[in-house]
Amino acid sequence: MQWEIVIGLEIHAQLSTRSKIFSGASIAYGARPNSQACAVDIALPGVLPVLNQGAVERAIKFGLAIDAKINSPSIFARKNYFYPDLPKGYQISQFERPIVEGGHVSIQVGDREKTIRLTRAHLEEDAGKSMHEDFHGMTGIDLNRAGTALLEIVSEPDMRSSAEAVAYAKTLHSLVRWIGICDGNMQEGSFRCDANVSVRPLGTEKLGTRCEIKNLNSFRFLERAIDHEVARQIDILEEGGRIIQQTRLYDADRDETRSMRSKEDAQDYRYFPDPDLLPVVISGEWIEHAKKSLPELPEDKRSRYVKQHGLSAYDASVLTVTRELSDYFDQTVEMLPGQGKLSANWIMGEVSGRLNKEGLEIAQCPVNPEQLAGLLRRISDGTVSGKMAREVFDSIWSGEGNDADAIIAAKGLKQISDDSEIEKLVDDVLIAHPQQVADYQSGKEKAFNSLVGQVMKVSKGKANPAQVNSILKRKLSE
Amino acid sequence: MTLSLDDVKRIANLARIEISEGDAQQTLAHLSGIFNLIEQMQAVDTESVEPMSHSQDMVQRLREDVVTESDQHVLFQSIAPQVEAGFYLVPKVIE
Amino acid sequence: MLINASLKQLSLLLSEKKISSVELTSEFLARIQTLNSGLNAFITLDEEKSLAQARDADEMIASGRSMPLTGIPLAQKDIFCAQGWLTTCGSKMLSNFVSPYDATVIERFNQAGLVNLGKTNMDEFAMGSSNETSYYGPVRNPWDLSAVPGGSSGGSACAVAARMAPAATGTDTGGSIRQPAALCGISGIKPTYGLVSRYGMIAFASSLDQGGPMAKSAEDLALLLNLMVGFDERDSTSLQRDIEDYARDLEKPIEQLRIGLPKEFFAEGMSTDVASAIEAALDEFRKLGATFVDISLPNSKLAIPVYYVLAPAEASSNLSRFDGVRYGYRAAQYTDLENMYKRTRAEGFGEEVKRRILIGTYVLSHGYYDAYYLQAQKLRRLIAKDFTDAFQQCDLIMGPTSPTVAFDIGEKCDDPIQMYLSDVYTSAASLAGLPGMSIPVGFGKKDRPVGLHIIGNYFKEAQMLNAAHRYQQVTDWHHRMPSDVKA
Repeated sequence: MQWEIVIGLEIHAQLSTRSKIFSGASIAYGARPNSQACAVDIALPGVLPVLNQGAVERAIKFGLAIDAKINSPSIFARKNYFYPDLPKGYQISQFERPIVEGGHVSIQVGDREKTIRLTRAHLEEDAGKSMHEDFHGMTGIDLNRAGTALLEIVSEPDMRSSAEAVAYAKTLHSLVRWIGICDGNMQEGSFRCDANVSVRPLGTEKLGTRCEIKNLNSFRFLERAIDHEVARQIDILEEGGRIIQQTRLYDADRDETRSMRSKEDAQDYRYFPDPDLLPVVISGEWIEHAKKSLPELPEDKRSRYVKQHGLSAYDASVLTVTRELSDYFDQTVEMLPGQGKLSANWIMGEVSGRLNKEGLEIAQCPVNPEQLAGLLRRISDGTVSGKMAREVFDSIWSGEGNDADAIIAAKGLKQISDDSEIEKLVDDVLIAHPQQVADYQSGKEKAFNSLVGQVMKVSKGKANPAQVNSILKRKLSE
Repeated sequence: MTLSLDDVKRIANLARIEISEGDAQQTLAHLSGIFNLIEQMQAVDTESVEPMSHSQDMVQRLREDVVTESDQHVLFQSIAPQVEAGFYLVPKVIE
Repeated sequence: MLINASLKQLSLLLSEKKISSVELTSEFLARIQTLNSGLNAFITLDEEKSLAQARDADEMIASGRSMPLTGIPLAQKDIFCAQGWLTTCGSKMLSNFVSPYDATVIERFNQAGLVNLGKTNMDEFAMGSSNETSYYGPVRNPWDLSAVPGGSSGGSACAVAARMAPAATGTDTGGSIRQPAALCGISGIKPTYGLVSRYGMIAFASSLDQGGPMAKSAEDLALLLNLMVGFDERDSTSLQRDIEDYARDLEKPIEQLRIGLPKEFFAEGMSTDVASAIEAALDEFRKLGATFVDISLPNSKLAIPVYYVLAPAEASSNLSRFDGVRYGYRAAQYTDLENMYKRTRAEGFGEEVKRRILIGTYVLSHGYYDAYYLQAQKLRRLIAKDFTDAFQQCDLIMGPTSPTVAFDIGEKCDDPIQMYLSDVYTSAASLAGLPGMSIPVGFGKKDRPVGLHIIGNYFKEAQMLNAAHRYQQVTDWHHRMPSDVKA
């Protein structure tokens, strides 16, 4: 049987506020245990939550960026369950009237574009951390993370492969950083994915029973966990079995998913509106203000790159992976009108390759957009060849010089583009290599390349290769 | 509606309160009486009534995003049942 | 006589340095020493802390930095967190909880230089109407030691009635200030929801809980309200309003006052002794020039069922933090984490608290939410609307605070429903968030006190206090003291 895979993602993005969502404690990562857990965070008797404006602001920005509805009033609710890293015995979250409802993002899978719909995004507080090692058989609880603002972003089950799921997760990961609401640090848990996975016979409508996979803190794990889960479900179904709705945990060490709890003993969270918090009203002015503070969004940039610079959809999506990379491109091309394609090729090729090799981010790139534009200008006007340009690029990168023109002059890298000069070089080569000339004229095409090589050699590589080609051809046919 | 002994055990479990068989029986009797009283609510048609969560018609005030709290974990942990190296200790959590 | 003096008189003595705060505090501490073993009104006393505060107050007065009520000792309900004080909320669960911080109410009193006399007994987590659910044992009614003082603020009511404190704090969720005030023959007011900060007041039902003063007279209540009321940015439900002087209208004539008498509050259920004391009190108001309007609060008969859905629902969630992990009681024996939770909570909470947690858990649980919790929230709106309509026709609403005088200790312990009906007249105003007060208006059966319930419109505390004060100017019920405890 042919199976169709159905995937929906729940993404928890930690918001880049300074303080927690309901208290004035810091959210800085890596502090000593419980040193950032204030009276509200440890749920002392009598303490009360007060909502952080910065968290609401970031949620609004996200809603605007995905073209969603911003609910006003928006309501906070309590989700009740017991867990040692949940100090109040309930998590303040949202149930009815989440702050963001609906919306969509478009993802790029290979050269195909697809729209993924979002169900909702709601604000909630993060839990603390449980440490299972080092406490002689007990568990240690650190509540520094408790109360950190989270945006839980829930998609519709619109993805049909692990590749689409990864593309969607990457798109959102890029977006939340792009609009400056989340640092996206997956190692530190700032961006976490849960996947709801089911399969159904291809061509059928009814959704299969789904399993939720938790603990996916890298794109690679997301992909592998989904692939494993899909294979597991198909195996069961093809052997005539039945999928049991459950929560599964991805174990990266063993590269497998295992069952955490099944629906039968599922929690009854007893959601109800939090009486300590009042309805959040978001004014039209606030929304307008947030709109104005948003940078140009990746989707808008992508279509502009295609239209304005004639880039392919693929190139446009690569350049908009991060806001920093696209800014680098924008700055470069601004100084080099009409050379979008050349700029894109260099940034995706030479620049990105070199950054990757050295493990640097675009913000740390030793060659700035102005320097790159200066170099590319000399390619486009024929001053240097591509090969020479790479040499100049290396020099700027390593700090040998600041400016392409200066390096070209200092190294004497200037290309020979003067026809009469090249004609003279060609004449000399033809005289010195009568055998190759004869070979060429007797039909041996290979001899032509050898003659080109000779010209380049005597010019010390500076002759413009295109001109060498055409002049040599003309002379040989004379 | 009538409350069953299983209901009592289910909600006691949800509320994480240990309850013996005998206590569950007695609790069932008490709760059934209380729910008889509560059932009076069902006589009123509230179809078009907005639920009321707060007694004042107010909106949430927002706090400026600033850090105002300092580290007080030594004080806070001085009243904790069991701590070690700054962590609260609980029986092993099995995931 | 010092122990029966008003706050105004005591303040005058203090500011004129005829008495020091240390002397005053010592006098009350001495009375507590004598009387508390029989009445059990206090859970925690700390003479050194109290006297240190009194010395600070004397210094404030000496250096001319005194504020209204500086140096007055006050008994604090053990629901208010006070830094360095054991704060138990009447529960074994918090029997070892020394609060690391001050409630806003405590902070405000501290800043004004009042003295904390000690923490008063209460029904466990404020759940009860008789003070019998306290882990620290029942409080006795100073008018009759075999009677309950009411609850949940029973220790505070007892302390004021027995003149162990000039005044006290209480909290009221469904009647917990007003009913014990009535049963102990003192005055108490629950302000409009949102006026007194809930920060540091251990939560029972967050949308209903409201702190307020308990004292001998309306005048004392007004002075205490001036200190307790105020915006607090740490409480999202705290109201931002202009500061008002609750004593400003005390002396105003009440000739234009229209008093609404809801027929539902004068129906069956009220005992005859209470009815005649209330009638007599209303007569006094008539003599003072007030007029009466018959009104109806048709949905108020559902206040008890609605209250016993909403309050337990919120409580079941509010009390989840008591899990033996970060503070408070943890069971000594357990097998694993789940068992630690279950034993800690089974052993740490008393029967009534557990009962309410279970009710609350049930009404919020899957499949029952709409029929119970949501329906109760809708009825809450209807109950509130009844009051809005009624206040079109009258300024204040009056009736009995409690259907009976204080009952005997043990009388209703095994019958939760009878106990719940103690709040039959008070819970409707709580659900609406309206201010309510009780003042002593005489005695009923077995010479036990009767309280008159006064409900005002939102923010009409000054008007309620005015009416109560005018009544107290022509009567002396509020000066009466139980004979057994007279010094």
